[in-house]
Amino acid sequence: MATIELKQVEKKFGSLFAVKPMDLTITDGEFVVLLGPSGCGKTTTLRMISGLETVSGGQILLNGRNVTWRHPSARDIAFVFQFYALYPHLTARENIAFPLQAQRESSETIEQRVKEVVKLLQIEHLLNMRPGKLSGGDQQRVALARALVRRPAAFLMDEPLGALDAEFRETMRAEIKRLHILQHATTVYVTHDQIEAIAMGDRIVVMSAAEVQQVGTPHDVYYDPANLFVARFIGSPGMNLVRGNYTEGVVRLPGDNRYPAPEAWRGVLPGGDIVLGFRPEAAYINPNGTLSGEVYASDMHGAYTMLHVNLNQTDIVHIRGDRQTLYPIGTPVRFDLDPAMARFFEPATEKALRRAEVRA
Amino acid sequence: MARFEDTGPGVPVVESIRVDKVSPTARIFGGVRALIVLAFAIIGLIPVVVMASTAFKTRADIVSTPPKVLFQPTLQGLVYLLTERAVASPSRLEELKKNAETGNLTFFQQIALDSGQEITGPSDYIFRLRNSLIIAGFSTLASVVLGLFSAYAFSRFNVPGKDDLLFFILSTRMLPAVVVTIPLFLMYRQLGLHDKHLGMILLYTVFNLSFSVWLLKGFIDEIPREYEEAALVDGYTRWQAFYKIVLPQAVTGIAATTVFCLIFAWNEYAFALMMTSDNAQTAPPAIATMLGRGGIEWSAIAAGTLGFLIPVVIVTFTLRKYLLRGITFGAIRR
Repeated sequence: MATIELKQVEKKFGSLFAVKPMDLTITDGEFVVLLGPSGCGKTTTLRMISGLETVSGGQILLNGRNVTWRHPSARDIAFVFQFYALYPHLTARENIAFPLQAQRESSETIEQRVKEVVKLLQIEHLLNMRPGKLSGGDQQRVALARALVRRPAAFLMDEPLGALDAEFRETMRAEIKRLHILQHATTVYVTHDQIEAIAMGDRIVVMSAAEVQQVGTPHDVYYDPANLFVARFIGSPGMNLVRGNYTEGVVRLPGDNRYPAPEAWRGVLPGGDIVLGFRPEAAYINPNGTLSGEVYASDMHGAYTMLHVNLNQTDIVHIRGDRQTLYPIGTPVRFDLDPAMARFFEPATEKALRRAEVRA
Repeated sequence: MARFEDTGPGVPVVESIRVDKVSPTARIFGGVRALIVLAFAIIGLIPVVVMASTAFKTRADIVSTPPKVLFQPTLQGLVYLLTERAVASPSRLEELKKNAETGNLTFFQQIALDSGQEITGPSDYIFRLRNSLIIAGFSTLASVVLGLFSAYAFSRFNVPGKDDLLFFILSTRMLPAVVVTIPLFLMYRQLGLHDKHLGMILLYTVFNLSFSVWLLKGFIDEIPREYEEAALVDGYTRWQAFYKIVLPQAVTGIAATTVFCLIFAWNEYAFALMMTSDNAQTAPPAIATMLGRGGIEWSAIAAGTLGFLIPVVIVTFTLRKYLLRGITFGAIRR
């Protein structure tokens, strides 16, 4: 198994950065998710690790060995593609055996290894079919088998679930996670789906506009986003972000709301313009709450209701309600925030402000 | 890639019911369509049938009006095609006539008697056909192999000035062939390539290459890069990925290109007429010159054309499976 290290790795197309210089260390057996909107450079990063794309600068180390200019076949990594990339003229069995043939393994070894991996993925019955006859999920299973069979140092997956139906995606997600735990293989996983990222990753690298925005555990990126982009991008809906003005311990918010800053923040917040951020579940309806607005819309999500609360005419915040109460449009509501879950951002830099006692 | 509805693990879609094979109206329309296609096929085949029958007709049958559909077949045309003949002397004819009465005439002597011409040796038809086979065969091979490599490079790599190069390659086709014959003729004479097999192979290869590069590039563009990339990370070199993955999938395109290149090189007339005189002369100009030799032997010309047709028909039929797939290639969205 392997550690992967990126040192100031960058990719330029002409003068345009596809990936700005980035540093990242992935420890052995870790499941790292590269997350970001399309065109943010996450797939390019993955392809640079695999060697399918050359780097414009920086170094890539695999197990401490510099592989920056090594051919993909010399890196001992497996790649799982979004559209499976199963060889259409070969059967599932031949597809799975294909990487082993490159290593000139004996036919007994190949048969043995194929048998093992096929059993692990429970795809014995598909072996004699060609990819064209298989469903998307089964194709991806065969593609995973082809990646696993070689026991590579690391797995690189480029949106492997992106082409699957929503319902089936969950099954495969669990399957990939299970495989990762069983194999304990270093995995780099690219997705634009933040739910997938949070559910699967040991660590998440949030990227946007060719730049790393934040590296952290799912908990970190969800509760302590490093900047406004991450706050908005993670969660559905994203974090509520309300512009305000801080003076003397009170944040003045739109709609004549006055929010007394939690104790922990008082010494940290600079005076003047500020952005208050809070997750929908950090707010709760309270008839005596400090904040008020009127219901703009409310919708049922099954496990909870989501209230869209209008502070004035432009600022709408999402508040997670209880399981069933839906409020008519225009109902005035009061609510409070869990002081431990309030976050503040600097509007000029868009960066998060940190409380003294919270990890930096 | 085909998108089947995901039916969960282990339940692949194995059969489908096509409406166009069950519904009665669809069947009737299918029948009508087939009839129309059949009619076109028959119309298209008439010249070939006329040619084939002419090859086996006697001189009288050929020129008779209305044309004879049923006739007594003869191998006269074939003999004329494959032999050189001279007008037989009256004394020789007398001798033959005498022998005929006793009934011991060979097949060739019978012909000599019937036509008044004595066979003096084999004609150069077989030799021309062999030239055609060599030149068309090698030039097709060269244009497909070279075309495949350059098409792959253009399709997959960042070749500097790619678009300009591709346009330049295409532009070699923009002038009619006749326009370049004079300069080519002069060049070839200087280089000693005139009337040489190598010269003709080179010429046809160059001429076919633009076509082959463009056609094959289209086919290779359609093969997703991911297949090769998968092979690369699976531990194969670029070259291995090319012949293990790309080649099997480009087979349709290769077959189509082969047939088109072969047909061009096989049929080519103008260059062959100008650039060759004897040694490397191919069948098309040779057959044409038969028109001028001591009266028009239609049966010999028809037989020659028929023989000329056969190799291309064989190749096209061998590759027809791929050709059909080639026509529908890319029509299905993945």
